[in-house]
Amino acid sequence: MGIEKYTSTEKKSTRDGFGAGMRELGRSNPDVVALCADLVGSLKIQTFIDENPERFVQVGIAEANMMGIAAGLATAGKVPFATTFANFATGRVYDQIRQSIAYSHKNVKICASHAGLTLGEDGATHQILEDLGMMKMLPGMTVINPADYNQTKAATIAIADHHGPVYLRFGRPSWPVFMSESEFQIGKAIVMNEGSDITVIATGHLLWHAVEATKELLSKGISVDLINIHTIKPLDEEAILKSVSKTGKCVVAEEHQRNGGLGESVAGLLARNNPAPMAMVAVNDSFGESGKPDQLLNKYGLGISDVLEACEKVL
Amino acid sequence: MSELISKLKGIASQVRRDIIRQVANVNSGHPGGSLGCTDFLTALYFHIMDHDPSFNMKAHNEDVFFLSNGHISPVWYSILARSGYFPVEELSTFRLLDSRLQGHPATHEGLPGIRVASGSLGQGLSVAIGAALAKKLNKDTKTVYALTGDGELQEGQIWEAAMFAAHHKVDNLIVTVDWNGQQIDGPNDEVIGLGDLEAKWSSFGWLVMHMDGHDYENIISTIESAKENSNQGKPIVILMKTEMGKGVDFMEGTHKWHGKAPNAEQTEIALSQLEETLGDF
Repeated sequence: MGIEKYTSTEKKSTRDGFGAGMRELGRSNPDVVALCADLVGSLKIQTFIDENPERFVQVGIAEANMMGIAAGLATAGKVPFATTFANFATGRVYDQIRQSIAYSHKNVKICASHAGLTLGEDGATHQILEDLGMMKMLPGMTVINPADYNQTKAATIAIADHHGPVYLRFGRPSWPVFMSESEFQIGKAIVMNEGSDITVIATGHLLWHAVEATKELLSKGISVDLINIHTIKPLDEEAILKSVSKTGKCVVAEEHQRNGGLGESVAGLLARNNPAPMAMVAVNDSFGESGKPDQLLNKYGLGISDVLEACEKVL
Repeated sequence: MSELISKLKGIASQVRRDIIRQVANVNSGHPGGSLGCTDFLTALYFHIMDHDPSFNMKAHNEDVFFLSNGHISPVWYSILARSGYFPVEELSTFRLLDSRLQGHPATHEGLPGIRVASGSLGQGLSVAIGAALAKKLNKDTKTVYALTGDGELQEGQIWEAAMFAAHHKVDNLIVTVDWNGQQIDGPNDEVIGLGDLEAKWSSFGWLVMHMDGHDYENIISTIESAKENSNQGKPIVILMKTEMGKGVDFMEGTHKWHGKAPNAEQTEIALSQLEETLGDF
């Protein structure tokens, strides 16, 4: 098993993967109901709506109400998918999610697009970089941050069959497609390359940067264990501990604040079980700004060169 | 009718005893609003609502109720226990460690009768709307009821929900507002005035009705009339006038017993005003 399997010949957005997953769910699962807060076009769910108009609820610009309605639908056995931008799907409605969905253990799928810096020109008001932290702190919440179109589509379909609240995070930009749908299983890490010198863990869009960095390191004769963590919670602790016990060092890359992100989860896991030198590729306690996705990733230290630098630091 | 009303009054007297005894046991909880909503909830659960007699929680082909102002949990717990959702003796565990009767209603411990947690205010109306939409999808013709406080109407989410329900013609929903005019910090009018509630709800597209929350004939006829007006394209709200603390003379009409338990002497006086009709827990 190796990295050569993971190449990209096309670019598609993760939100398009979500839309494709919803289209399939519309056809296969009659209990799925989609809700949206005035962002249908951005969430790519028009096909679902066209094919299942009675199972779509337009709530308008009222996200708190949307979360409550989703919880209410779930009380009678529906499987609601509440969709909007990640910023409005988390921070804006944290208490509604906490009480009506998480504490009440409602089978609601919170599906959030336009997460992170790669939303681009709209700027920091919309570029949420704290959502994974907020969601992973809620007891019982499953948190998933897939890496590309295929993985987002697979995750969308998988969470409908998982009973319990889920936060599914994806994004706006066109992005390399390199994973296969069949590899996805909630809570199960995907080891994309086996190696013995360093463990590289990545989630979401940053996984592609980790793939590129891995190829570069391999060409220099450094043996990399590359792990795709799409499920932030529950974390596949066994896969991470197994890898780090072999390599003894670790880098975690994510499009999120360092505080509260996947890196922090991994650091905690290692500190409790097998302390090891580690570096984090993440936003360091700052808001984003307007710009193109690649410009922003580079400026805020999330580029391919930043992943390489972090690896060199711990090697 | 008079036989029914005297039966309901008898149940309500026991429910009020249960409220006082629950909060007195743990020296905490919210007796004021609980006592004020006792008559409404007694009529709703013991006469109006069509429950699934198996008490399964699937919410199919039965009327369902959501309590948005979750702090009045003592009255709801008593009503649910006396309706058969769980053993009456369990009322003695209210707010104790390892109890299913949490300070505010929760589903976490699996207490039958509760479908969603409430307590953080303003959320229950949205949840009730979701349940009403699910009934429509399921071709289930039963009704969804919800109760909110009046101070709770200061929460913005209530008005998001109000706008939604009218737009989407959620007409299998009957919401009651407990309009006792009081909240923790004092009368609504001194905290943040609610203004013309009838005009507010009707301008949001709701059918507005009024009810005296302590007159059983009026409660029953108003809700029957609300049911007759349901399924006609408009959500329905009943503005229910109540008195906080109703049934215990020294608690009536003041916000001071909103979230305070009586001491031993006060408890004795309160219980002396409420006949034990069904046996204390």
